[in-house]
Amino acid sequence: MTGAQILIECLKREGVQVMFGYPGGAVLPIFDRLYDAPLRFILTRHEQGAAHAADGYARATGKVGVCIATSGPGAANLTTGIANAYMDSIPIVAITGQVRTLLIGNDAFQEADITGITRPITKHNYLVKDTKDLARIIREAFYIASTGRPGPVLIDIPVDVQQQDIEFIWPEEVDIRGYKPTYFGHPGQIKKAAKLIAQSKKPIIYAGGGIITSGAHHELKELAEKIQAPVTMTLMGLGGFPGTHGLSLGMLGMHGTAYANHAIMEADLIIAVGARFDDRVTGRLDVFAPHAKIVHIDIDPASISKNVSVDIPIVGDAKNVLGQLSEEIKEVPDTSVWLATVEAWKKKYPLQYKDDVKIKPQYVIEQIYEATGGEAIITTEVGQNQMWACQWYKYNHPRTFISSGGLGTMGFGFPAAMGAKIGCPQSLVFDIAGDGSIQMNIQELATCVSNKINVKVAILNNGYLGMVRQWQELFYKKRYSYTSLYNPDFVKLAESYGAAGIRVTKKEEVRPAIEKALSVDNTVFIDFHIEPEENVFPMVPAGEAINRMIGGMA
Amino acid sequence: MRHTISVLVENKFGVLARIAGLFSARGYNIASLSVSETLDPAISYLIMVVEAGDEKILEQIKKQLNKLIDVITVTDFTKKEHINRELILVKVKYSAKEETELEDILNKYVAKMIQHKGDVAIIEAVDEQEKIKRLLQDLDQFGIKELVRTGRVAMGY
Repeated sequence: MTGAQILIECLKREGVQVMFGYPGGAVLPIFDRLYDAPLRFILTRHEQGAAHAADGYARATGKVGVCIATSGPGAANLTTGIANAYMDSIPIVAITGQVRTLLIGNDAFQEADITGITRPITKHNYLVKDTKDLARIIREAFYIASTGRPGPVLIDIPVDVQQQDIEFIWPEEVDIRGYKPTYFGHPGQIKKAAKLIAQSKKPIIYAGGGIITSGAHHELKELAEKIQAPVTMTLMGLGGFPGTHGLSLGMLGMHGTAYANHAIMEADLIIAVGARFDDRVTGRLDVFAPHAKIVHIDIDPASISKNVSVDIPIVGDAKNVLGQLSEEIKEVPDTSVWLATVEAWKKKYPLQYKDDVKIKPQYVIEQIYEATGGEAIITTEVGQNQMWACQWYKYNHPRTFISSGGLGTMGFGFPAAMGAKIGCPQSLVFDIAGDGSIQMNIQELATCVSNKINVKVAILNNGYLGMVRQWQELFYKKRYSYTSLYNPDFVKLAESYGAAGIRVTKKEEVRPAIEKALSVDNTVFIDFHIEPEENVFPMVPAGEAINRMIGGMA
Repeated sequence: MRHTISVLVENKFGVLARIAGLFSARGYNIASLSVSETLDPAISYLIMVVEAGDEKILEQIKKQLNKLIDVITVTDFTKKEHINRELILVKVKYSAKEETELEDILNKYVAKMIQHKGDVAIIEAVDEQEKIKRLLQDLDQFGIKELVRTGRVAMGY
């Protein structure tokens, strides 16, 4: 078999059903084999779109997303998508072509040292120098991407390695001596944590993306209900605990709910699971959660005690450890007074916005929530649209909220929606976008239409890079430096690609437009002309304690 | 504080770049570095000395080192019983009448003159850091023309 045939055979054996990518000179042997390969290939219109689509596919399905690009510029265009997957621990395998082994390092046409470029943004990467290593490397790549703390793995394959004909040997086992993730929590640590929980009066569970990665949502719910602790989620954790559950406090942090932030600051015990105390969550670190002891459960030892020092570290998979913990807890704390306090905060500081005759973005999202019965997969771009989507849509199931958390990549939501829809064809997929972000990967309209990938895009069009404008309003004396946007006619633009477009300029048109978009069997852009200077509140100014919120509350 | 860290790694291309990248990305300088194969040619040993301004960052770097797929084990010798040695070659200039004086100095250390041409001698010394430092101070009077050192190697019990 040639290297290209080996690649396709390995992908098949790894269970890969779909691949996103873009051809080019250095991947021609692979594309020749893809021509009649038993997998679905989605030709995107930009390599960045392919990487984000693979990422969205992985987030929606839990499987490894696969993307492919040619050497040099093709590979370089993947990097934003790879960095995005790296920051959010998403399993993707990126395959790149490379110039012939003899030319490597010679500044050959379309040559880039992509393993060098992606070293700090991949979990691991490979330059394949010999076809006989290819099968083992692909096997390892999928294993590394999907186990432990998942992440992107890149495989760079020179043209001659793709062409060389050798005997195919499938490695049955993967054994990497330097890579042995810990999946179960240390029993001694579990005992200590159970004791702390029993002694606590004001416990709170702080749940992150690890809940979703490990499929720990049942175990999380079981623990929260058993010990009667409120649960707050990071952006990555939304959907890990039902948003409509009585114990849910929604998201915490910079644009989290006031009650979640107050609760974490007043708690005497924080049970952090699969979360990493990111600066957008903790705010000013030295005053963060001053009364709390911290139990930190994470599969990545490097995440523990990185930002805050932890009392009881437990390294392990969230699902296993939460199960172990629930089993170990014999004595549950009495949290009735604490829950009453939290309930009072919920009443006193609810999420709110001033409704108007104009179209408020929060209203649009509420209407999408109602029209979809809370059952859609929501992807977002980055900025105000993303924060409103966190606040105003309630996520009851894991893998239904897909957003660029760590890297904050504008242009992520639309291609990610595409990937999610391909992975979950039965689900309704809605990208909540801004007029700025949507233009960063708008070329993928062609991919959607030509592949009949039916996604809906709600553009919250305020004519601004809204979040940057909000910071300029609040912290830079309203000097709106280069944040006002000239935009195309999004309706005509969608139509020119063969998609449908709806413009909404009046509040009473909001719900009918959403209903219409849902009834159309096509990709739809809904261009909502929203109140231009609406802000996302509450908000914790950068570097402030997270209970020092501004806007709309105490 | 100076830390001596040893890392057992897969003997593959690119591994050193991955390790160096963890330090450079955090603005950390590696003071010395020594790399070589072990008895098993598939495994290499890397011993490095780093100046850690912030122990927490160093702790983080050690955890990140452990996360690298090609890293097998990481040992920080700083708080462990261990011996360390460094080999240096030093070129000094001396006059004939200084010869005995030079020899007296060398006899105080694990050091010897391995070559001399005219008034230039190349001296080899193997010792721990403190003694190497003193030897260099003693040799300073002759005028050190050139110095190369292997970087520290260390071994625990």
